[in-house]
Amino acid sequence: MRDSAQISSRLLVADDNKVNRLLLTRSLELQGHRVASAENGRIALEMLAKEPFDLLLLDMEMPEMDGFQVLEHLANDRQLRGLPVIVTSSLEGIDHIVRCIELGAEDYLPKPVNPVLLKARIGASLEKKRLRDQQAELVRRFATPEVAQDLQDSGFTLGGKRVEASVMFSDIRGFTSLAESQPPEETIELLNTFYALMFDAIGGHGGVVTQMMGDGLMSVFGAPMPLADHCGSAVRAAREMVELIDLFNVEREAADKPPIKIGIGIASGEMVAGYAGTNDRATYTCIGDIVNLAARLETHTKVVQRDILIDQETHSALAEDSDIVRLGLVPLKGKAAAVTVFAVNPRRAR
Amino acid sequence: MTAPTIDLATFEVLQQTTGEEFVAELVATFLTEAPIMLADLRTALAAGDTAAFRRAAHSLKSNANTFGALTLGAMARDLELSAQAPLPETSLERVNALDQEYARAASSLAELTGA
Repeated sequence: MRDSAQISSRLLVADDNKVNRLLLTRSLELQGHRVASAENGRIALEMLAKEPFDLLLLDMEMPEMDGFQVLEHLANDRQLRGLPVIVTSSLEGIDHIVRCIELGAEDYLPKPVNPVLLKARIGASLEKKRLRDQQAELVRRFATPEVAQDLQDSGFTLGGKRVEASVMFSDIRGFTSLAESQPPEETIELLNTFYALMFDAIGGHGGVVTQMMGDGLMSVFGAPMPLADHCGSAVRAAREMVELIDLFNVEREAADKPPIKIGIGIASGEMVAGYAGTNDRATYTCIGDIVNLAARLETHTKVVQRDILIDQETHSALAEDSDIVRLGLVPLKGKAAAVTVFAVNPRRAR
Repeated sequence: MTAPTIDLATFEVLQQTTGEEFVAELVATFLTEAPIMLADLRTALAAGDTAAFRRAAHSLKSNANTFGALTLGAMARDLELSAQAPLPETSLERVNALDQEYARAASSLAELTGA
């Protein structure tokens, strides 16, 4: 496994000294790697920006831009932050080595570089990178880009922080009876299309899907990244979701399948957002009264036969919109006092 | 007893791990580059440029050790470590000595690679 990962690896050697550059390149090529080289830090960064490399072997003493500057630059570059760097240097003094490691270098090899040591260190670094890439890929696939970025930037900790945001619940009406009336394979296919459309609309307006429960989706606008107009964004996303479902229904009708209908509830205000669960398994989610309210509003769409319902807080933040109707005070399950509810009309091309 | 100009054990390991032909090329590169570094060292000394002086000494040290030119490497290292403003008065003397040791190492390396 390790050997096969090594063979296809592309390495960059940055060293201003020609003898060192040739020697390192040769040693690495003999170990089966594809190697490119750069004469100073500036050229190395240019090459890294242009093509992907699996590992950088970096000399410290270089003209124009030295190794320390390269390490600093890499640490601040989102794309290149994960690139493993092995410092190869004959700099005198332990404090230099410490500084390299602090700046994010993976390892330090004194010059002249011992080929056996070089091979072992490179193998270990590439293996670590492969695991990190795999992990990042998993996070990418199962978390939204925002959550993945938040994880990468601030690391994982259970617990939340208070945020101002809008929460949206949506689901397919009568999904259970629909699922019962068709083969499960068809239901999975329907769900996948539904998810793809909804994720697109939600993500397109800055929202983040935090939970998927069967045909239901919970999403948040304004966390983990703050969103200036989270109320407006959530409502625009909701309208687009209904439009997309309308389009999807045209296709379904053509295929002789029953149309689907969705209900959406949105509520806004302060809530706690963060990772809940255990250290082994946790999800990014939002918790608070507002979240319950959004869920209740979504349920209430069935009662009043509306596509989108929003709360007072969300409505107040919106600009004048003649396509929003005040439904008045509505008693909702789990709420002591009745709540003012507004219905948002989707923009239907009918 | 003085250290040998070229430590043969180091040199042979280099040949075994990277190939004799490649080492010959590498030596040729060194013999082209080293005189430039030695000249840089003198220029930096004359200008009192401590950083440039240290860099040149550093490069020479690094390359010398690669080929097993351990005496040359040690002398260059001494110069690298001495590179603090102002450069010591003995610097010129030591650079001259470094030149002589380089000449010895260069001829040994040329001999070893059949150049």
